[in-house]
Amino acid sequence: MRIEQHPILQFDRGEKVTFTFNGQKVEGYTSETIAAALHAAGIRELGHSQNLNRPRGLFCAIGNCSSCFMTVDGEPNVRVCVTKLKDGMVVEEQEGKGVVQA
Amino acid sequence: MIRNVEVMVIGGGPAGLCAARAASEAGAHVLLLERDDVPGGQLVKQTHKFFGSERQYAGDRGIFIGQMLVKEVTEDPRIEVMTDATVLGMYEDGVVTVLKDNQHLKFRPKKTIVCTGAAEKFLTFPNNDLPGIYGAGAVQTLMNVGGVKPADRVVMVGAGNIGLIVSYQMLQAGVDVACVVEAAPNIGGFLVHAAKLRRAGVPIRTGWTVKEAYGNGKLEGVILCQLDEKWQQIPGTEVDCPCDTLCLAVGLTPLSELCWQAGCHMEFIRELSGHVPITDENLMTSVEGLYAAGDVSGIEEASSAMVEGRLAGYAVAVSLGYDVERAQKEVEAARAELVELRSGPMGGKIRAGLVKVAEKRGEAGC
Amino acid sequence: MLIRDGIPTPEDLATVMPSEERLAKGPIAITECFQNIACNPCVAACPQHAISMEPDINATPKVDPDACIGCRVCVARCPGLAIFVVDMTHSEDTALVTLPFEFLPVPEKGQLVCGLNREGAEQGWYPVVRAVSGGKKNMTWMLTLEVPKDKAMEVRNIKVGGYRDGR
Repeated sequence: MRIEQHPILQFDRGEKVTFTFNGQKVEGYTSETIAAALHAAGIRELGHSQNLNRPRGLFCAIGNCSSCFMTVDGEPNVRVCVTKLKDGMVVEEQEGKGVVQA
Repeated sequence: MIRNVEVMVIGGGPAGLCAARAASEAGAHVLLLERDDVPGGQLVKQTHKFFGSERQYAGDRGIFIGQMLVKEVTEDPRIEVMTDATVLGMYEDGVVTVLKDNQHLKFRPKKTIVCTGAAEKFLTFPNNDLPGIYGAGAVQTLMNVGGVKPADRVVMVGAGNIGLIVSYQMLQAGVDVACVVEAAPNIGGFLVHAAKLRRAGVPIRTGWTVKEAYGNGKLEGVILCQLDEKWQQIPGTEVDCPCDTLCLAVGLTPLSELCWQAGCHMEFIRELSGHVPITDENLMTSVEGLYAAGDVSGIEEASSAMVEGRLAGYAVAVSLGYDVERAQKEVEAARAELVELRSGPMGGKIRAGLVKVAEKRGEAGC
Repeated sequence: MLIRDGIPTPEDLATVMPSEERLAKGPIAITECFQNIACNPCVAACPQHAISMEPDINATPKVDPDACIGCRVCVARCPGLAIFVVDMTHSEDTALVTLPFEFLPVPEKGQLVCGLNREGAEQGWYPVVRAVSGGKKNMTWMLTLEVPKDKAMEVRNIKVGGYRDGR
């Protein structure tokens, strides 16, 4: 859910865009990070741990930790908490450590 | 190609912005590197009014202080601001490498001021990895920068300033704050923050902690329990508190990796909340020409970070020979401001930490 | 106890409470600020120079009861939202309490709001007699409520939303 009215802040959300999360269509805004748009859509589970396969969400939201790594447009290990949304982005849960394309 | 830079400031938060501005004001040319796509650091989400005195913009909201400092810096012809730029390495020969737009850039600064800030600490308890358990600052970012209502019902762990302030800001965003739990016997943050939360009906439970979290694939609640005077959990005091979000505000730790890499003399100082570079009275580390200001050299309020940044910026200007007499006066004024900010009972911890820093100077060679 | 639960005790409050004689003379600011922290915007905020802090910025503020005219300027300026103005001379039975407010919706003049005490417990429904914004940059509202005299030292906040129209 997005905050519509706030006593201190005004949110300039930019343009509305559509992206996919694991194939599912999600709407967001260009001012938002991928993680913020996913949270606004109620999606908090962003991946699974590599050994025990436990669900993972974000932790720091400012690019310090690596809890929110996802595959974005085929590129693995993208910190979705600091990556801005673009129209048509393909956001997917990452398998394992990800393979960097040459 | 290696680009020569007069003063490099790493990090565009309160310390970095003030450091860049001070160095430039005295006449130096500055390159300010910021990892994010906008400068401002964590000021961008501080919707509350700052404390301190007029010189630290007390009474203004952090977010507006950030906007003002960013405006001053971006309009300053002697300061170049490079955003989306992450410093990767600091080498023995003085070369600093930076990742920017997938390019590997190299710089050789005459002087460097590291203002990389801090990261949130974590807490150990069963199921602490469930989605829905966040750093308090993370929730503050989602809500005050992202404009997203981050939770329906939250439990806050930690009654320091961050825990108290973020709880209040969650109320402002329409979140139900179930309670604030604090393991220590006393509230650690400013009592005026605690009082305004309390009169909004939020209980603050000191001497309590999270025993465990539970939920199927996502956080559904936490079990809270009381602690005895030895910080041990008291059996039978467990309370089930349903919530979809748990915020951890259990302190920050300095992001001092670059100082390690540069070979600075580092010490673990508990009162400064982690490993910090030992610095001299000008905030220069044991590496000649390398300075550290703000949370990277000890966790403190943003007001102090701004003054430390100013101190380091003017000290660098003095060392480069710019406007020496006046810049030196500014250095001394900043030192006096810091003494004043740290002089009260709330400054006890930082004062104890700085005594240890001073004791290590001989060993560190600075 | 304040440092344990965030609720100032009667002993804390006694240190900042104006005398009965002063309260009988007209509105006055009450600084519910009990901790030595480095903060002083209230001192500069006061147009009457009635707030002082000695020996330094870490002291708690002191209100000069003779100089304070209860103008309310400090209410929105205190970063800790810890200053309230109480006017015990408003009427025979009622007093005015001015408190800082930073939530939406902001109640309008004439509406009834649910008053809360320092623990957040409901005290009753009281009319808003004044709602003034601290300005574009300050953004803290100053709400003045008309409360029974025995609630003047209890009501320190309002419940957000659910405001009722009329008396």
